[in-house]
Order: sequence, then C-alpha cells, then structure tokens
Amino acid sequence: MCGIAGILNISNNPLIERSSLEQMIGMLRHRGPDGSGFFLRHQVGLAHSRLSIIDLEGGAQPICNEDQTLWVIFNGEIFNYPELRRDLELRGHRFSTQSDTEVIVHLFEEKGERCLEELNGQFAIALWDERKQKLFLARDRMGIRPLFYTTHNGRFYFASEVKAIFAADATIPRTIDPEVLAEVFTLWMPADRDSIFRGVRQLAAGHYAWVESGYGMRESAYWDIPFCPPQHCREKTEGAYAEELKELLVDAVRLQLRADVPVGAYLSGGLDSSAITSLVRRYTTNQLKTFSVTFSDSSYDESREQQEVSAFLGTDHAAVNCSYDDIAAVFPKVVWHAENVLLRTAPAPLFLLSRLVRESGYKVVLTGEGADEILGGYDIFKEAKIRAFIHRNRQSHLRPLLLKRLYPYLALSPTGSAAYAERFFATDASLDDPFYAHRPRWKTTAWLRPFLCDDSMPSHHRDPVETLAAIYGEKLAGLDFFTAAQYLESKTLLTNYLLSSQGDRMAMAHSVEGRFPFLDHRVVEFACQIPPHLRMKVLNEKNILKKALADGLPTSILFRKKQPYMAPDIASFSGKAGQECSERYLSDQAVADAGLFRPVAVRQLVAKCQKGQKQGFRENMAFIGILSAQIIHEHYVKNFQTRPFGPEPTI
Amino acid sequence: MQNYATQIKAFIIENFLFNAEGSSLGDDESFLENGIIDSTGILEVVAWIEETFGIRVPDSDLLPENFDTVQRLTTYLQRNADKHGVPAG
Repeated sequence: MCGIAGILNISNNPLIERSSLEQMIGMLRHRGPDGSGFFLRHQVGLAHSRLSIIDLEGGAQPICNEDQTLWVIFNGEIFNYPELRRDLELRGHRFSTQSDTEVIVHLFEEKGERCLEELNGQFAIALWDERKQKLFLARDRMGIRPLFYTTHNGRFYFASEVKAIFAADATIPRTIDPEVLAEVFTLWMPADRDSIFRGVRQLAAGHYAWVESGYGMRESAYWDIPFCPPQHCREKTEGAYAEELKELLVDAVRLQLRADVPVGAYLSGGLDSSAITSLVRRYTTNQLKTFSVTFSDSSYDESREQQEVSAFLGTDHAAVNCSYDDIAAVFPKVVWHAENVLLRTAPAPLFLLSRLVRESGYKVVLTGEGADEILGGYDIFKEAKIRAFIHRNRQSHLRPLLLKRLYPYLALSPTGSAAYAERFFATDASLDDPFYAHRPRWKTTAWLRPFLCDDSMPSHHRDPVETLAAIYGEKLAGLDFFTAAQYLESKTLLTNYLLSSQGDRMAMAHSVEGRFPFLDHRVVEFACQIPPHLRMKVLNEKNILKKALADGLPTSILFRKKQPYMAPDIASFSGKAGQECSERYLSDQAVADAGLFRPVAVRQLVAKCQKGQKQGFRENMAFIGILSAQIIHEHYVKNFQTRPFGPEPTI
Repeated sequence: MQNYATQIKAFIIENFLFNAEGSSLGDDESFLENGIIDSTGILEVVAWIEETFGIRVPDSDLLPENFDTVQRLTTYLQRNADKHGVPAG
C-alpha cells in the first residue's frame, strides 16, 4: 500500500521538475511513510511513497522490466503474485525483486492491457511505456484504491489523493463544484467520476486509460460487476451455493493474508467482519489480532457482540472508545483525508480505529466491507422487497404492516397504513423503474438541497438521477429491481463513499491497509450467480452467507438483527470540541465567505441543533453535510496548506 | 403434500425459530398461540409463499384457518396448487 503521483506533458511544455513531484508525494506521506522513489524523464515524472508490506527490503518503486522500457508505480496489492510470477519465470522473465509490483511489468510485457484480467488484487497502477511514450493507468475492479487526475496548462496530473495534485502547482484551480455538491446532496456522492473539486476526476473502477502527448486520455472498461437477470442465474440448492461460497471465501482470505508483516482484522460485532474473522481462525493457522470501535453512547455501541465473537473465536482483541468529543475533535482531519462532503460522521470512528491499529504495530487489516452489497444485506434492498410485496396487491390493508419489520416506530394500522405507506414509500412506483429501490432515499436526501445557496445552484444544473441513468441505464434495464439495486449500490455508494471516504482514506490516514475478502472478484462473480430470491430469502438478508458460516459463528451473531454501522452525528458536536468546530466553520462569516450555503438557513439549523433535542435525519445529514463542505472550503479552497494539521516526516 | 409440509417447516424453523438447537415444529402447533409467528410475521410467510410458489395471496385468505399451523398452510398451498396448477415446490 502506498501513494502514487505523476505528471505527463501532453503539449509542448517545459521539462517536468523534480520539485513538483516531491511536493506531490510529500502530501501522500501518510499513505507510504516507509520510503519514496522517483522516475523522471523530460516529459514524464512518476513518484511513489511506500508502505512496505511485501518484500520489505527489495520492493522499492518505481520498478522496471529487464530492458528498462516499462516503469511502474503501484498502490495496492496483487494477491496472486506468486502464481503469476511462477508462470512468468517459466516464460523466461527474470525478476530482480520479490515484490508483487514487479509482476505487473513482466505481465504487461506479455499481455499489454489484458494483463489486468489476470490480476487478483486491489490496485491503482501507473506504468510508463518508454517505447510508445505513453502512460498507462489502471484501477482495480471494485474501485478499492483511488486514482484522481486533472489537466492544467498542457499537463496531465494524477495521484492517489487530490491534495497531491493541488500541491504540484499552485495555479491548479481549487474550487468546490456546485453541481457536484448538489449531486452529493441527493445521491450521497458524485453521480459520475467527478470529485467534489471542479475539474478533478477519478478513473472509474474496472477501467484503464492510456494518456499520451497530443492525444490526451482514452479510457476503457476491462471488467464490470456481472449481475445478470434472474433467468440467467445458475440453478442449485441453497446448500450447494453456501458450500461454494465458503470455499471461495476461504481461498480469498488465504490469498489476502499474504504479507511479510502481521495481518489483523476489524471486528464490528456484525455478521460480515465476524465471518471473515471466523474464516481466518478456522481455515488458517494464523493467530489473529482483532480491532473494534466502541461508543460511549450506548445506542451505537456493539461491544458486547464484539467480545462475544472475540471470545468464541479466540482472538486477541483491542478496542478504541469514541465519545462525542472524540468524534468532533477529529472531524476536520477526517474531512481533510476523505476529500469529500460527508453526510454522516461514521468515517470518524474508523479514523480513530486505524490509529489504534497503527499504534498496535499493525499495517494490514482484513474487513467485512462489500458483503452487504454483493450478497444482499442492506435495508434499502429489504425496503424495496416490502414495497414490491405491497405493490403486488395494492388493495391489501394488511401488507403495509410488514413495513414494521424495518421501521418498528411507524404507527401503522390496518386501515390507515395503506395510504400512508403508498405516499411515503411510493409503493405505486413501477417495478420496471431501474431506480425503484433508491428513489425514496434520494428523495429524502434531496431535502438538503434548499440549504444550497442560490448562487451555487446553476440554473441549468443537471439532474443527478438523469446522470446516473445515462451511465447505468442500459445495464440496469435488463435486471430485476432487487439485482438492479445491488448493482447500483455497488457502483455508487460502495465505490464512491464506503470504500473511499470511509475505507481507503480513513485507514491510510494512519498508514494502514484495508483488505476486503468479500470483494475478491471471484467471490463477486459467484455472488452474481445466486438467484436474487436466495440472496435475500423473503427478508432474511445474506441468506447464503449465513448458511455458509452456520458452523463457524455463535447463533446469536448469525441471527442477530442487522445493525447498520452508524455514529452519533449532531450529538457529537454538543461538547467543547464540537462547539469549537461549529464556531470555526459554521459562523456567519465562514458560511458567507464560502458562498455555498444560505447563511440564514445554516444559522437556523445550527441554533436548532444546539437546543439539544433529538434531531431528525434531515437535520443530522444537513448539519454534517454543510459542516464538511465548509471544512473542505477552508482547507482546500481558501487556505490550502501542505500540512494543515501538523507536521509529517519530510522526504 | 409431504413436500409442502417439509418446506414450510424448514422455512419457519429457519426464519422464526432461528435454527435454535432442538427446534421442532408439530404439524398442528399453532403459530400464534405458541408465539412462533406474530401478526407481522404472517406477512413474511405470505411473501415467502408468493416468492417460492408464485401464488398471489389476497387479504381475504389471511385467516388462522389458512395460516396458523403447518397442516393448515399445507392444505392451503395444495388447494391453490390444484386451482392454479402450481407444482408442489
């Protein structure tokens, strides 16, 4: 795991300066504190900061092929590198290191861009082809590792994080894109590949690109999540699906434990991280250290379940407790690392957790991320199933009562519920709508948009849902509503929010690499073959996973009601640290300076939040969304500094 | 008949008794009286029937006479299968 950055002249320009590369990579020291390396030619420069995990002595980058015509920098892991290396050596390739990175250059020599099909891993790759004078960029299938880029004054800049791009040249514009902000205030994330910064985009998951002087950038997809219509799924018994899933997960875990440093695991107390921990303990000989977050606010705390799983599986367990003030105190740093507008504080405890991991002497953790998307676990899927169940018999006064399974607080009565449910959950929506499951979420998130300043809302702003339809419409059209929801959730929220703002960026903030066995592409491809009615059997989420793990976890964990991972939002800002945060970033002056939000509306929201009463989710999302946008404005737009939160070691 | 009863029992044991050790379910055991399934849970059973057997269940059928025991549900499914030509599982 590492940070990568680079510059390519795409029109006649002065030679690339080493100082620009040093400034870029200096911003990525948290991703790779163990060393750095540079490759510099007249028209191209590559830089790398290293977190050494495999081949601790010999794996420094950039790495080249035998005749030094291909140079690669790489962020991530190729888990199947020993097998690939064996094949390449049989074909005559000579290796000069033991690292997984070197496999890439030799495999690229053999197969060109098709080498990506053989990689099992999580990666962002930049490879300079000296012969062709072209830059090759690639990103892993699920978008676990980031890769941002922009063009400015005839130069193409790319980096693992946006802050490195901005550090390359002070004249690169740093503005929040109001259209993207409006998208985040509807969808939770940018609709397309944009970042929150105007002109800075990211290479999409499962894509590669060629960049060359005079021609610019050409992107292509090499893989997509192969969800398919139910009639194309394989016919098997639930037991057979469960057995095969278990075999694949065991192998994914086995591969992802490959490292020359000890590997730990996150343990939330829920099914997914418990499943990974169980597989590590049962099918490998590894001793295992597990890490978790606990909360002072008992309504978010899962320490009892964490201890239960840890005791059951015999792991060496450590936890970090989060108070309201702990969350508020780190929130500005969290946003600095996330580089995105957040609608929840949930990344903050994970920031504190990665600090605990690092302080415990670990650099690598396995996590359960991705299971909910690919194996059918989220409440949004469940809600869609219940809506469809109501939809099948709209005359029924009884069916809306099933909504109580998801929303126990709803005051539903057999006579009054149908009309209420129909209005709120749009049960009359067409099942052919490719966004059937997601529309209620987007509708309620869009309630935040009135906070946006008129000036920041262009009169011809694009409709975020239409943008999604343009990108994913064709793929979604052939899918049933349940599978469509899974595909969309995987392509949008998973890649552009959970794996980035909550995953990669929070772990890397403390130089920790997260690994995700559920996102091994073989597991994903297999999960897509399970018929949707077995992925979630009636309302039993992740049905096949539970069967696969039946003998490996306590029954109480297997059948525990699903708890979405959340942290206190507004409540976290009720203490001293929170007050200071509000005063700094949400003052009338700060809001007026940024020009993103209506100052009167923000003032009223802050006043309402300070009354200390329980707030609705609209208020919670609005408060965190506005606060994080203001933090981004302060530290990226108005006052961009290379080290806004204190020193890191210099190169 | 036996096939329906087996499937119903498996679903109810898995979904409402959570495969608890020694779970057993008599054919004539009342779901409601024994606290196995509450009134909302019955709707999950309906959703399962629709998902698994392709039968549409109207509100008017949602009566203890049809849904309160394995035996009664089996009869209900059999009757609907005869009516609509739905194969038994």
